[in-house]
Amino acid sequence: MSRAGPILVLVAGLFALWYAAAVPMNIREALTAAERDGAAVQPATAVERRDANALGLVLANPGQIPEAWAQDRPRLPAPHQVAGELWQSVVMEEVEGRRGLVRSGSLSNRGLLLHAWITLSATALGFAIGAVAGIALAIGIVHSKTMEKSVMPWAIVSQTVPIVALAPMIVVVLYSVGLQGLLPKAIISAYLSFFPVVVGMVKGLRAPDAMQTDLMRTWDASGWQVLTRLRLPASLPYLFASLKIAVAAALVGAIVGELPVQGGGLGARMLAGSYYGQTAQIWAALLLAAALAAVLVAAIGAMQRLALRRMGGAA
Amino acid sequence: MSMAILALALWLGLWALNVWLATGPLSDRIWARMAVPLLFGITLLVLWEIAVRALAVPLVILPPPSQIGARFGASLPVLWGDFVQTILRGGLTGYAIGCGAAFLTAIAVDRFVFLQRGLLPLASFMAALPIVGTAPILVMWFGFDWQSKAAVVVVMVFFPMLVNTVAGLAETSAMQRDLMRSWGAGYWQGLVKLRLPAAMPFIFNGLKICTTLALIGAIVAEFFGSPTLGLGFRITTSVGQLALDMVWAAILVAALAGTGFYGLVALIERGVTFWHPSQRG
Repeated sequence: MSRAGPILVLVAGLFALWYAAAVPMNIREALTAAERDGAAVQPATAVERRDANALGLVLANPGQIPEAWAQDRPRLPAPHQVAGELWQSVVMEEVEGRRGLVRSGSLSNRGLLLHAWITLSATALGFAIGAVAGIALAIGIVHSKTMEKSVMPWAIVSQTVPIVALAPMIVVVLYSVGLQGLLPKAIISAYLSFFPVVVGMVKGLRAPDAMQTDLMRTWDASGWQVLTRLRLPASLPYLFASLKIAVAAALVGAIVGELPVQGGGLGARMLAGSYYGQTAQIWAALLLAAALAAVLVAAIGAMQRLALRRMGGAA
Repeated sequence: MSMAILALALWLGLWALNVWLATGPLSDRIWARMAVPLLFGITLLVLWEIAVRALAVPLVILPPPSQIGARFGASLPVLWGDFVQTILRGGLTGYAIGCGAAFLTAIAVDRFVFLQRGLLPLASFMAALPIVGTAPILVMWFGFDWQSKAAVVVVMVFFPMLVNTVAGLAETSAMQRDLMRSWGAGYWQGLVKLRLPAAMPFIFNGLKICTTLALIGAIVAEFFGSPTLGLGFRITTSVGQLALDMVWAAILVAALAGTGFYGLVALIERGVTFWHPSQRG
């Protein structure tokens, strides 16, 4: 069996499960619609159906199963409906829509691409802030015992605090002092992404053993030289491992940060979908966010391979 | 101006004290080790208080810590209700179900090579995804009460816990497993007596990561709809009323709950994995 075999089988199984689950989830709405169109459905009135078991309803009306996969506002949209929504909001909206890329020259605010771009830019800015702050803090912690003892416990405590609880307030407070747009979201992203970087970098900067630091000392290397020539290069594998975690966390931060502001982005798109019962829209935004996460992690992985190869490392 | 000098003097003084405590002759004492981060925290709080008063920052932007403390003390019953709703009902229920399900799945994954090859790459992919995004969907399915919050927490903690437990179950060496087999131990005996104990550090690592995720999930799910209590509800409505001291009081509750939850799991870990090098240092 090849390596991809089991994964494909399981993914196919997941899709089958998804289709199967969509039937009992949507059967009530499907039956109501069918009754309105004059079709004969098994318990004939809505009152009788209200207390009936969803599975029993499916078994009593097997003819309505295709209807359950084609609802306008399903409780659980079938995969092809989500795919259709994705195609519609990513491609068709830009090609044919009045505000789309082809006709107006800019991304449509009704399409997903613009929202994905907003989320991506907040993620990138927050990730950059978080990574730089994390590396700086790690260098400070490695060089100052006092700093390690005072800051490290608080860095740990800061992560046990559910930061997203702060998200709406950070956004509102920064808005009131005149900051809006990307920065408030980026700060939430940065907060979530700095901790993995600190932990990974502290470990990485301490990776050179006593023999190597002693050798540096026999060459009369200054603290700065030890840092740039020995510690930083040695920490790169650790840095990249934690950057992968950090970039995923930054994306979560950006999405959560978009919930309280209606300025666009995938998070705002999900919230709008949940307000108006547009489930397919929520799923489409969710899948695009997942794709974004996968691309970001893969990009860090590519950087890692490139950097380690340039250094003649073992990767 | 004088306030700035006072703040600077205070910062330098407390930092010097901290340097002395951390590197001086007393640095080996337990109380000194505890005092260093505590002093650092107090320094930050005092500076916050001074800065807010000196710069006359309006209350709707940043209330001073003293006022947050007063508000916290004055609205204990309300905050206790929120705590029970969000943390105990939503968070803890979801945490128990999610971690338990992930543990059982991990044992199944470990038993069957097929699942290992198929499910594991999917799980490590899912663990990196923004799963909070499922919150609006789950709130739609399970209603506004705590059940939907527990459902969000289940989905959020499942994959990190699964990945950690599977990694832990792979921790024993071939030599150790061979030894168990030479003693005639079956699969289950090998699992219970050798591999599960060896996996405990990893399992607790997953449990600790999941404590934070559980609170995040429970609070974020409340942004998408909740009954009229709960920490997420309190935060969003108080932001709307510009009652920032109440927001900070709710955040304080979340912070205390998060730290306490994490500390509790860490304490249990110390009892269970007393043999591990990281616990003996």
